[in-house]
Amino acid sequence: MIHRIPIGFFIAIMGSVFLLLASCSNNTLRGHGVYMLIDTSGTYTDELVKAQQIINVALSKLYPGDSFAVARIDTGSFSEKDIVAKVSFDDRPSTANRQKRLFKEKIDEFVKTVQPAKYTDITGGILQATEYLNEKNPGRKTILIFSDLKEELDKGYNRDIDLKLKGFSVVAVNVTKLRSDNYNPKEYLDRLDSWQTRVTSGGGKWSVTNDMDQLEKIFMN
Amino acid sequence: MSFTDVFLIVPNYFVSGAIWFVILAVFFYMARDSAHGAIKSFSRMLHNAMRLSSFALERVEHRLSLRNKEVLLAAGREASERVIEREFERINATVSKELAETPSLHRKLQEEIAIVEDAYKESTEVPPSPPGWVAAVEAVAKIPSKGDPVVVDILEDIHESLVNAHKSAIEEYRTARKEKHEVLKGMLPSWRKVLHVIDVADSNVISLLERSKVIDRHMEDYENILNGSDRAVRMLSSSSLSQFFISLLVLSVAVGGAMINFHLIARPMAEMVGGNSMIGGYRTADIAALVIILVEITMGIFLMESLRITRLFPAIGALKDKMRVRMIWITFSFLFSLAAVEAGLAYMRELLMHDELATSALLRGEVIAAANNEFAWITTAAQMGMGFILPFALTFVAIPLENFIASTRTLLGVSGIGVVRVLAFFLRVLGNSFHYMGIMMLHIYDLFVFAPLWFEYKIKNRKKNEIPTLIAKETRKLESPDLIKEAS
Repeated sequence: MIHRIPIGFFIAIMGSVFLLLASCSNNTLRGHGVYMLIDTSGTYTDELVKAQQIINVALSKLYPGDSFAVARIDTGSFSEKDIVAKVSFDDRPSTANRQKRLFKEKIDEFVKTVQPAKYTDITGGILQATEYLNEKNPGRKTILIFSDLKEELDKGYNRDIDLKLKGFSVVAVNVTKLRSDNYNPKEYLDRLDSWQTRVTSGGGKWSVTNDMDQLEKIFMN
Repeated sequence: MSFTDVFLIVPNYFVSGAIWFVILAVFFYMARDSAHGAIKSFSRMLHNAMRLSSFALERVEHRLSLRNKEVLLAAGREASERVIEREFERINATVSKELAETPSLHRKLQEEIAIVEDAYKESTEVPPSPPGWVAAVEAVAKIPSKGDPVVVDILEDIHESLVNAHKSAIEEYRTARKEKHEVLKGMLPSWRKVLHVIDVADSNVISLLERSKVIDRHMEDYENILNGSDRAVRMLSSSSLSQFFISLLVLSVAVGGAMINFHLIARPMAEMVGGNSMIGGYRTADIAALVIILVEITMGIFLMESLRITRLFPAIGALKDKMRVRMIWITFSFLFSLAAVEAGLAYMRELLMHDELATSALLRGEVIAAANNEFAWITTAAQMGMGFILPFALTFVAIPLENFIASTRTLLGVSGIGVVRVLAFFLRVLGNSFHYMGIMMLHIYDLFVFAPLWFEYKIKNRKKNEIPTLIAKETRKLESPDLIKEAS
């Protein structure tokens, strides 16, 4: 007797093998857009080494197909000119690795040559970030704000605008305390509350982290 | 109007309950016959339905077991035929090989025997005897000399001549013996050759006898299978189950191998098809890697079919030999190409790993080692080797797969029979339960209307008692003297 394979049985076996092996693959959703704003005002430029570390962490946690941009916060941040470096990682892992190295070089160069800004236009930076990320339209959108969150606007700049942050995660990183905060901690807390209110009322998710490990989780989630 | 309002006929729960009980008891008593009929019909209906279903399932079980037996016997018959065929092929090979050598063996044997015969003849030649005059001389030598010096001299000369003649005869005899011993010694290799030839023939005969015993055993099994004996079915069934578990185990190992293979090639596949595109929720690179592995498995199955090791696709087995050989080469070349591709991908994986590690080290601010790890080539070679070997190893999946399919059919049949049998038993039990539940409900019903039933019983009993009393009265009347007188 010859053991004929019924077609259904054959398909079932092949299908099972397919599903079994497919289940081994990592099915995390690709396409993560990250926009990082770096405060370059006054004495905060001293913190740029930390920003460099955060950028390196971000680069190591991003995958092919993800987008990443780093922009400075200065007097008027709602401008493409403030984007220090931006990249959309190629589909091929080897090319993506090359892009990461080039990106790091650009950031290193920026940190060496950056000049302190007189004012801090955080809102403008966030607006620029939303515009950039909406244009890229990734699966997840994250805005990192590396700043003390103290906004100082030059005369003539109107930033009394409602933020549209639906689908965005806004993470404030390394929110340092100012000297005045030490005299009156309420100022610091009010500053955080005010930003949280602005972000959540715009439909976004707000979080603050000063811990690198927590930051890694943001990229992994 | 609430339930309480309806229930409370009088403003007392107990009394109302009692009244309701009496009303309901009377009501149920009046409806007793109909209710009993309905309960009986319902329980009988359920009982019969379950019984019929059980019978139907038993018939299905019977058919299934017959079918299973047929399948088992057919599989066993085929396996036995294959084994017997192979044994006969071996016998054929032995016989044709040994029989082909028989004339040469025979000739060799004859040659050796001729040599031995010649040698024997040589060895039987009579040694040269001492000269004939020796006896005469010996007789003269024994004549007494009686002191005559001339005679003594003559006799001594004769004695000396005689001794010399004896010595030379002995010497000649020894030489002749030695030569014969040499001849006999020369026979030894010939004897050994003869012995060897006989040993070879003997071992061939023994091997044939052993094979014939094996064939006898297989033939006995085959006859059992042909007769469809229960022993054969039991034996085949247990063999099928063990085959199922063994093939399952081997297939699990093969799936493990396929998984490792998948991880070897999935990552570098992203370099070819992109690491971000998705098809149906899965990365295209993963799907491409899977497709390669599945194609390899399919090619392996076709190769095994073409080699006639497995018999999953009759169309391939029935191909002409020329076409089959072509197919062997085609499938083998496909497999070889895919194995080469996998080896390349495994190498690429290693390069990508190094690249990623270097980038990560750079991002972490670590100094990248100028010289690469000198042992890195070992892992690279191992990965490439695995990438090349695994496709060929997966080829052998076809063998356990065939066994798995064959044994799964039997196992499913046996399981099906078991399930149907349990179901039939359960339905039978359920049917009987319904029957007895009907009886129980009748009794419960009667328990509820026990009071009217008790009255009914009493009334019926009194009527029964009244009839004999009336008869007695009438008898007594008939037997009264007044009536007898009137009659006379």
